[in-house]
Amino acid sequence: MSVKQGLLALLAEEPMYGARLRSEFEARTGGTWPLNVGQVYTTIARLERDGLVEPVGGADDEGRIAYRLTPAGRDAIASWWLTPVDRDATPRDELVIKLALAVTSPGVDVQRVVQTQRTATLRHLRDLTRLKSRAGDEPDAHDLAWLLILENLLFAAEAEVRWLDHVESTLSRMPLSSLRRSATPREGTDAETADSEARSTPKGARA
Amino acid sequence: MTATSAPVLVLDDVSRVHGSGETEVVALSHASLTVARGELVAVMGPSGSGKSSLLNLAGGLDRATSGRVAVEGVDVASLDPKGLAALRRRSIGFVFQDLNLIPSLTAAENIGLPLELDGWTVRRARSQALDALDRLRLRELADRYPDQMSGGQQQRVAIARALVGERSLVLADEPTGALDSHTGEGVLKLLRQRCDAGAAGLLVTHEARHAAWADRVVFLRDGVIVDETGAPDNADSLLVQAP
Repeated sequence: MSVKQGLLALLAEEPMYGARLRSEFEARTGGTWPLNVGQVYTTIARLERDGLVEPVGGADDEGRIAYRLTPAGRDAIASWWLTPVDRDATPRDELVIKLALAVTSPGVDVQRVVQTQRTATLRHLRDLTRLKSRAGDEPDAHDLAWLLILENLLFAAEAEVRWLDHVESTLSRMPLSSLRRSATPREGTDAETADSEARSTPKGARA
Repeated sequence: MTATSAPVLVLDDVSRVHGSGETEVVALSHASLTVARGELVAVMGPSGSGKSSLLNLAGGLDRATSGRVAVEGVDVASLDPKGLAALRRRSIGFVFQDLNLIPSLTAAENIGLPLELDGWTVRRARSQALDALDRLRLRELADRYPDQMSGGQQQRVAIARALVGERSLVLADEPTGALDSHTGEGVLKLLRQRCDAGAAGLLVTHEARHAAWADRVVFLRDGVIVDETGAPDNADSLLVQAP
């Protein structure tokens, strides 16, 4: 998504000036996506060029111009609501890359990398939970938007912790020797291999 | 939470070892932890990491092999079985995953039971039980039997019982186990509120979203505390940080 769709969605309700578009957009996305006025006007100019919005009359006393959707703009926003967000494009997540490198890099204490991240993510999850617990029990429409955003962040943090738990449990089932192997296979002495295997005590059932 | 008062629960360098020699199993190794009034601390870790051992030691259900466990300043090891039972009745409340309430007793009777066992009259125990229910806004459940309550209501009553009378320490072991996510969240919220009102809570869970209700989260692995989150700053700092 881009700012473009956001502005089209707002203009579908009623004509608005640039400054109002900016404040509405920010308020209704819980302040998670701040815009500057320049961005708003650049976007409006592009939308006008593409025939999706048009000015409503001329400038008012303060020089402000309100914009409204054209029929093509209405079609564009209607189709956006019903088009699923593209999940095929793989986002580059630093944590995923970091752990992928960690398990293939010799000498990295992967378990510690996992635990450090888990602690940090749980701290974040806790702080989000505290924010959420302050939100009222009967939210109005704007509170609801904020709550949905907050819960999305909560679910994402929770999913990350679950994934880290899974990584840890996968690692604990693997012999250390296989973790020491780098992506490009290295020549290791037999003694080294035996040594690292000896240290990988199998996990016994524990009460 | 500002935790200025003396801690309600102290575990100081506590170990618990089962068996010896070849069959020795270390359930908990040199664990130190304090929980103050007004504080909720969560313990997380994989199965077999020592979570339940820690909770059992904190509640005087098990004795440490070494180290010190103190509840409200009383060293648990210094108590004879009778003294320990009294400490559990007066100071500590437990909330488990299920089977918390006695089926043949109403909610109020369940809550008043530890007080009656401690020598209170039925009338006084009931009045305290009703107070506890009032504090949790659960008065309407007073005369219902467990099978007349939902799972969420039963867990709320269990929390009321855990904190009835002078009890100040609640030990919860996966208290949201069988509940759906909304009901489970309600139970956690209640636990959080009781801690905000001055109780001390220790919560064992494997669910990150439940642990997130705590002030601090402690991580156990193979019987060792490997990390902890530390206490929160003001959550408003998050709002300031938001991009």
